[in-house]
Amino acid sequence: MELISAIQSSTAIAIGVIIGLGALGACLGIAIMGSKFLESAARQPELVPMLSGRMFLLAGLIDAAFIIGLAIALFFAFANPLLSSALTAAAGL
Amino acid sequence: MIDFLKAAGDSPSEYVTHHLKHLQVSVGEGAFWTVNIDSLAMSVALGVLGLGLFWLVGRRATAGVPGRLQAFIEIVIEFIDGQVRDVYHGSRRFVGPIALTIFVWILLMNAVKMIPVDLPPGIAAAAGSEYFRAVPTTDLNITAAMALAVLLLMLGFAVAAKGAGGFAKELFTAPFHADGPVMKLVLAPANFGLNVIEYLSKPVSLAMRLFGNMYAGELVFLLIALLGMAGGNLLMSQAGAGSWIGGSLAFLGAVVAGAAWSIFHILVITLQAFIFMILTVVYLSIATEHH
Repeated sequence: MELISAIQSSTAIAIGVIIGLGALGACLGIAIMGSKFLESAARQPELVPMLSGRMFLLAGLIDAAFIIGLAIALFFAFANPLLSSALTAAAGL
Repeated sequence: MIDFLKAAGDSPSEYVTHHLKHLQVSVGEGAFWTVNIDSLAMSVALGVLGLGLFWLVGRRATAGVPGRLQAFIEIVIEFIDGQVRDVYHGSRRFVGPIALTIFVWILLMNAVKMIPVDLPPGIAAAAGSEYFRAVPTTDLNITAAMALAVLLLMLGFAVAAKGAGGFAKELFTAPFHADGPVMKLVLAPANFGLNVIEYLSKPVSLAMRLFGNMYAGELVFLLIALLGMAGGNLLMSQAGAGSWIGGSLAFLGAVVAGAAWSIFHILVITLQAFIFMILTVVYLSIATEHH
């Protein structure tokens, strides 16, 4: 029982760290890119159509690492493989 | 939980894990020969649908005033062709159709997500099968298979552009160049290792990017559905004014959150299909370049 709750508590912390730090990095990246985009759009408005396409492409690329982390974190939240092995071991006792 | 709101299982975590199970058929010994029949069937059906639509319109295309469908198809083809032209500087007779197929196929597979999360498993349950996952791109097997096809294309393009000998020579001499034969020999293992890592990291990142986006989106849809279900259960329990207010607030929250996430996902669906397509073209163009 204590082993299971120890696994659960450390998994909960890990999920928070994965999502939180990933979101932090992705937000900083998007913010820097967005500010640069606005700067260049203000400087050269005729480039906006080309730049906005590239911006969305890069937004998808920047988000990707965070989203992959989010998917893995949510996977651990609902189907924790570390916990299930402990549970099967406990059921076998 | 009240029975008719209960999709599967008794707890929220059971509901989510039930919705993440594939309809599987075992065709041989071991876990490797287990086939996720639902994502396979959905992806093939959507591929046939997309190709069939384009083939049908292409066969009936007129040079005169185009119909609405033909105009739409022409817009898609011109958009893809313009994107490919910007990135790939060579003959587009083969790369253009590849890009178009990848884009349309992934877009269709992702767009299955716009169907409410409980509908496909519900229909499957009514038809007698316990599990059914409708969105093929939330299956890592499908995205990894597409990325592997892109890797094979990259290798094929590299060999076609440089010849087998030139490709092999570049594998051992590419990032670090050297003049003397001794230094060439010293640098060969490092060059080869770097090239192998470079070739392998591209399909892995392609597959993980598409899969991660779609899988995380699917899970958030499931969580929103759980919120709505909890609100409905509170409403049905009829335990006084508190449950009425809380239930309707939770239900309203689920409706608002579901609408917002769906609208956001229209962007994600197209963006991920576009990124997969454009990166494939970029990788193919890198593979054909000489060093």
